[in-house]
Amino acid sequence: MPLPLTPLRAAALALALAAGPARAELVLVSNEKDNTVTALDGATLRVLRTVPVGERPRGIALSRDGRHLYVCAGDSDRVEVLDLETWQVVRHLPAGSDPELAALHPDGRRLFVANEDDNMVTVVDVERGVVLNEIPVGVEPEGMGISPDGRYVVNTSETTNMAHVIEADTGAVTANVLVGARPRAAVWDADGKRFWVSAEIGGTLTVVETGTWRAAATVSFAVPGVPPEAIQPVGMALSRDGARLFVALGPANRVAVVDTRSLAVERYLLVGQRVWNLALSPDGSRLYTTNGVSNDLSVIDTAGLRVVRSVPVGQAPWGVVVRP
Amino acid sequence: MTAAAYLRCFAGIARREALRFVHQRGRFLSALVRPLVWLAIFAAGFRFVLGVSISPPYETYVLYETYIAPGLLGMILLFQGMQSSLSMVYDREVGSMRVLLTSPLPRWWLLFSKLLAGVLVGVLQCYVFLALARFWEVEPPALGYLAALPALVLAGMMLGALGLLLSSWIKQLENFAGVMNFVIFPMFFASSALYPLWRVREASLPLYWACMANPFTHAVELVRFALYLRFDPLSFAVVSVALLAFGALAVLGYDPQRGMLARRTAAA
Repeated sequence: MPLPLTPLRAAALALALAAGPARAELVLVSNEKDNTVTALDGATLRVLRTVPVGERPRGIALSRDGRHLYVCAGDSDRVEVLDLETWQVVRHLPAGSDPELAALHPDGRRLFVANEDDNMVTVVDVERGVVLNEIPVGVEPEGMGISPDGRYVVNTSETTNMAHVIEADTGAVTANVLVGARPRAAVWDADGKRFWVSAEIGGTLTVVETGTWRAAATVSFAVPGVPPEAIQPVGMALSRDGARLFVALGPANRVAVVDTRSLAVERYLLVGQRVWNLALSPDGSRLYTTNGVSNDLSVIDTAGLRVVRSVPVGQAPWGVVVRP
Repeated sequence: MTAAAYLRCFAGIARREALRFVHQRGRFLSALVRPLVWLAIFAAGFRFVLGVSISPPYETYVLYETYIAPGLLGMILLFQGMQSSLSMVYDREVGSMRVLLTSPLPRWWLLFSKLLAGVLVGVLQCYVFLALARFWEVEPPALGYLAALPALVLAGMMLGALGLLLSSWIKQLENFAGVMNFVIFPMFFASSALYPLWRVREASLPLYWACMANPFTHAVELVRFALYLRFDPLSFAVVSVALLAFGALAVLGYDPQRGMLARRTAAA
């Protein structure tokens, strides 16, 4: 059996400790097939606990104070509120049929939920637990991205191949932008001047300008040795300085690193199988990826652009968020 | 005999190896081209095949290029070991080996010096290869390059000792092709150099045990673990024991009184 080479390991650890601040972050992963949420310690990557939740949990979002986790339990037709101190599901939020993904508005109150089989975006008041609005959108709504100023909510519909720009306050659909086939996630730049949409079947990213709502550019991917149909961009995360966009490429088992200025792909990083969603650590130094087929979580060092480790979580890990 | 005499003897042999190395730049290049061909061409075709499972010392999924890099380091050391055995046969044919063996220093020291000098050339090739391999995203941790040094030297010594042992058996230069077919290829392919052993085990259990019994597997694993700052006691033990065994047999083989050399001289 291999043993750790103690002095060298200690030296490496000392270097790592000297290089970065201590982490006490909590990594939360939804496991679609296990009906659980796994909590890991970000520093050690040890599984702290596995909590049962509703059926088919996919999208997850943190409350603004970090105390609660909103879990979209699609097959239970509800959004569950998981208390991260007692580790109990304390409430159910009405969220329409088959909620897949949710995004919390910067006001910390309004949760925008995509109802996959109902062609609807449901707006829920998380404090009062009531539905505030139901906004009809395209077929199979999925991605949900809220502009940094909270004015717009972008929803993508997988079958209509559109990004719907919704006024957060009125629920009015301002624009429908045609993007790549089967759009999944939507992510805004920090200055709110543009947003990115990933297209799973199209295999591309579309950059949409705020205001004109025009598709300004597209980014394509090519991984040596990987068939093009396996390149299915889904989850995205912007680096803290906004210079890089990390894109999960699904069954290509890679995370692409895109330069947000030149739109060139800098690098492809090998992670587990069918990488779906991404989340950055609060200091931006680590990127966590959920790998749905290999049932694990990979960790990427964002400064060195290298995959550090992969650790097993539940079955079919889907969503991931990091609590500071 | 003083320590200075031993050192002077080693310096003389090492200088001779170094001269050979400097004068045969083609040999150095070809020693590098061989593993690079594997890395650039062979590995490219297998990129999508591997990376399904994480096996120690790796803590995450690795590209096939990353997986075979330690195996190719082993390949460099294996060829270097065999090549230095080839040079022994040559030295014997032209007579310089007999001159060397008339030295008042013990035979084991002469052979050890010859061995170490050859290994140092091989280790240098390994580091040049590792530097070039970075273009294929083979990027072990920085400290790993340092930790790999003792592993490379030990593995190189073991393979070199095997070469020495073989060279005491080979009668003529022409027989080197036999070494290629009967030693280098089976050792290289029946090992963990190109595919992880869990894969081999799934395919064939006897082959798996053949790989496990192959000291080359352990040389590769020792280097692989060291590159990722880990120590594999089993590999270390197998490589060390093999080194002692091959070394002792080579010293015997070069004994003009009792060794294979004597038998050959008598036969001729």
